[in-house]
Amino acid sequence: MSNSKMLTGKVALVTGANRGIGRAIVETFAANGANVIANARTEGSLDDLCGALAREHGVQAEPLYFDVSDPAQVKGGFQRLLKITKQLDVAVNNAGVLDNSLLGMLSAKSAQDIFATNALGTIYVMQYAARLMMKHKQGSIINLSSIVGVFGNEGQVAYSGSKAAVMGITRSAAKELAASNIRVNAIAPGFIDTDMVRTLSEEKFKERMDSIKMGRIGTPQDIADCALFLASDLSKYITGQIIGVDGGMLI
Amino acid sequence: MDNTEKLREVFAEALQIDQGKVVDSLEYNSIPEWDSVAHMALVAAIDDAFDIMLDTDDVIDMSSFGEAKKILTRYDVEF
Repeated sequence: MSNSKMLTGKVALVTGANRGIGRAIVETFAANGANVIANARTEGSLDDLCGALAREHGVQAEPLYFDVSDPAQVKGGFQRLLKITKQLDVAVNNAGVLDNSLLGMLSAKSAQDIFATNALGTIYVMQYAARLMMKHKQGSIINLSSIVGVFGNEGQVAYSGSKAAVMGITRSAAKELAASNIRVNAIAPGFIDTDMVRTLSEEKFKERMDSIKMGRIGTPQDIADCALFLASDLSKYITGQIIGVDGGMLI
Repeated sequence: MDNTEKLREVFAEALQIDQGKVVDSLEYNSIPEWDSVAHMALVAAIDDAFDIMLDTDDVIDMSSFGEAKKILTRYDVEF
């Protein structure tokens, strides 16, 4: 099969699409022929990107602004989405927040915010996305977990906990939705070159790099390529899986 | 076809029961055909038929055919 235009005719929603991994995913999907709905919190932040994607790839690309951590906003967002399209084939729950704090210094507010966006936001979006997919008896939901959700990490009790939650959410939803031919999988990225990792100290950065067997930091494109596979029909018999995309990282 | 008939058809089709069984007093979980899994399919069918997106709270509260009509009036569907 040709590697180009793997998503022609599909409609994909990507949350947290304004930078990093989310942006790479929405760009990759559009380049592969999908009509994309790009989500972020900040009004206006995706207008230029969507315009460029539509021009460059000849697809429909629409921004949709809402905060995944707020159930009322998610509902409103999907009501607006319904005015754009009645079809949804792919939903990528990528929106995430990170706050590095040692356990003893983790504020309740920070812990709650991290879980609200990373874990609960994933649930809220899946609730509506699955209903839209149910109409056509097909769909692919892709959740972003993390390698630290598997192994844990110092200073990331809340973040890694929320990403571990994403795994449980993924596996349970996969069981519930399989009968409707809706697949639910998660990607667990390793050390990826995004704004999130630039907050690390030089020493920590080196330590992480040394733990990657393939000897290089991952790129957002590495994650987007896996998302493309999971969004496409190539993965049509795969559900409930957590796929590590980490270059053989050990932590 | 008025909206009551339309909704009755949606219920009958989604739950795979006779339209005659779809009366206001028909309650969630009162018949084997209307279990939680069927409820999800029913809600998706209602969304589709009336071009709306039901709030998750309304999905949870939709405990009978009569209640479904009450809920839908909040989405500008007239009965």
